[in-house]
Amino acid sequence: MITGVRSRGARFRSTVFGYANLLPFIFFALFPFYFMLITSFKSNAELYSLKSVPLWIQNGAIVEHYRYLFGRTEFLTWIKNSLIISVTATSISLVIALLAGYSLARLRFRGVGSFGTAVFITYLVPPTLLFLPLSQVVNWLGISDTIWALIVTYPTFLVPFSTWLLMGYFRTIPREIEECALVDGASRMQTLLRIALPMAIPGIVCVILFGFTLTWNEFIYALTFVSQSTNKTAIVGVTADLIRGDIYYWGSLMAGAVLASVPVVVCYVFFLDYYVSGLTAGAVKG
Amino acid sequence: MAIGSRALATADLRGAGRLARAREWWEQEHVFGYGLILPAFVLLACLVAYPFGMAIYFSLSDYWVGSPGAFVGFANFRDIFGNEVFLQTVRNSFVFTAIALTCKAVLGVWLALLLVRNLRGKRLLRGAVLLPWVIPTALSTLGWQWMFDSLYSVVNWTAIHTGLISAPGPNWLGMSGYAMAAVITVNVWRGLPFFAITVLAGLVSIPREYYEAAEVDGASSFERFWHVTLPLLKPVLAVVLLFSTIFTFNDFNIVYVLTRGGPVNSTHLFATLAYQTGLAGGNLGQGAAISLFMLPMLGLVVFFQLRYIRRE
Repeated sequence: MITGVRSRGARFRSTVFGYANLLPFIFFALFPFYFMLITSFKSNAELYSLKSVPLWIQNGAIVEHYRYLFGRTEFLTWIKNSLIISVTATSISLVIALLAGYSLARLRFRGVGSFGTAVFITYLVPPTLLFLPLSQVVNWLGISDTIWALIVTYPTFLVPFSTWLLMGYFRTIPREIEECALVDGASRMQTLLRIALPMAIPGIVCVILFGFTLTWNEFIYALTFVSQSTNKTAIVGVTADLIRGDIYYWGSLMAGAVLASVPVVVCYVFFLDYYVSGLTAGAVKG
Repeated sequence: MAIGSRALATADLRGAGRLARAREWWEQEHVFGYGLILPAFVLLACLVAYPFGMAIYFSLSDYWVGSPGAFVGFANFRDIFGNEVFLQTVRNSFVFTAIALTCKAVLGVWLALLLVRNLRGKRLLRGAVLLPWVIPTALSTLGWQWMFDSLYSVVNWTAIHTGLISAPGPNWLGMSGYAMAAVITVNVWRGLPFFAITVLAGLVSIPREYYEAAEVDGASSFERFWHVTLPLLKPVLAVVLLFSTIFTFNDFNIVYVLTRGGPVNSTHLFATLAYQTGLAGGNLGQGAAISLFMLPMLGLVVFFQLRYIRRE
């Protein structure tokens, strides 16, 4: 697979082989996005004609579906809700997870091991197991059908994940520097904030990116806890409220799907390497 | 006057002393440690452990939305086991998980092997491969729903026009076998990047010397894969498989958006059936009982994960 001495011909053949085999995967991964994009720019006449070729835009691109989205639906409100929810829930979770992650990775006290295990187990508990009772908890708290229902419940899956990720980062920082600071008279909190925190910045960036992505993409809680249209998130708004009755308006649906994916895609494009490292850290270091 | 100021000074001193003592108390390793954990502990206790206990209580009561019910023992579980839809859901869940996991594992390792080569545009290729994992699943599934449309399906159109099938082609989301195939396809599409990228990280960490040694011994590339790569990948593969088992088994988004569990319950998984029974139907007791069936699988995975971590 990897060798130093091979003929140029063999290496060329191997490169061609590599690309040729990757092609179906790339096509499989990207075609749905391409298709969603062109659908959002097609006229209804073209979309619902059995004679047209579905693979590209034949009769000219139109922006009617996007105009409809902004003019006649709550789309902008949904985006605003999603942004508020994602930013708030991620910030809260980051603070909680930073403290817990540092404590679990660095400090020695009774029960630290079992709490670490507990965090790991809650990390594995899927939201689909808890959404029924949580819907009642949210009811009792008097926040059901508001964006607070989601701001309060999203940390339940963000905190375990972020704590686990940050524990890994704190462990890679040499302990000696912190010990020096403590000997020099710094308080433990100062040591955490001034020494450990700056060195864990890649981990923090990772937590922010994943927190934002996971909360933005979250579906089942957002679907379950909020039913009033003006309080919905972008994802639920597009999937549930753009379908009127039983009729699917594919043009505007796809336009909504494309636009509601933009914030996540932008983050992704700029921080690709963090996504890769977070993804593998979550699973492999675990 | 003098007495007054002295009293003030001692009071001040006592205040400072108390502050110093509080600081000293807080600076103890275990106090500080518990203090930092406290917010996370409270959150997880109130919003994970407590709801989990509630789920168990719900499953043992006839709790309906809006009316707290009485304790009924295992009546919900008896009802569920007599219910054909539930038994169908159990079968669906295992078929869905087994096929989707196998596809993801095989294709994922293959894709990782392709990506690890030193090709031009490596970063771009990886970025493209990971994209389905990043885009909101509910939205991309909406796109798939349109691609599997009964009348305007682009999948059928392409297959018909390349001569693979004859018109009009299957109604993907309206026929039970095809609907399951569609749901699995979307799950594989969305879960493959996780496999590929994680396995890739495992591949990169295998020392080159092993391959060189195997090559000197005259091993073919398949033999190198079978005797060098695969054994060394086993730990990573095990973790990824366990993770993916949980997330595949408990999938909700894809099925809910694509088929709502239909046609005739042929794609229902535990999560979608629990949603339909507990929230759409209002029978929280039975819904909770259904969702608890995800627990044995979760327990099994947690057990293996923890054992694996301990061994590391």
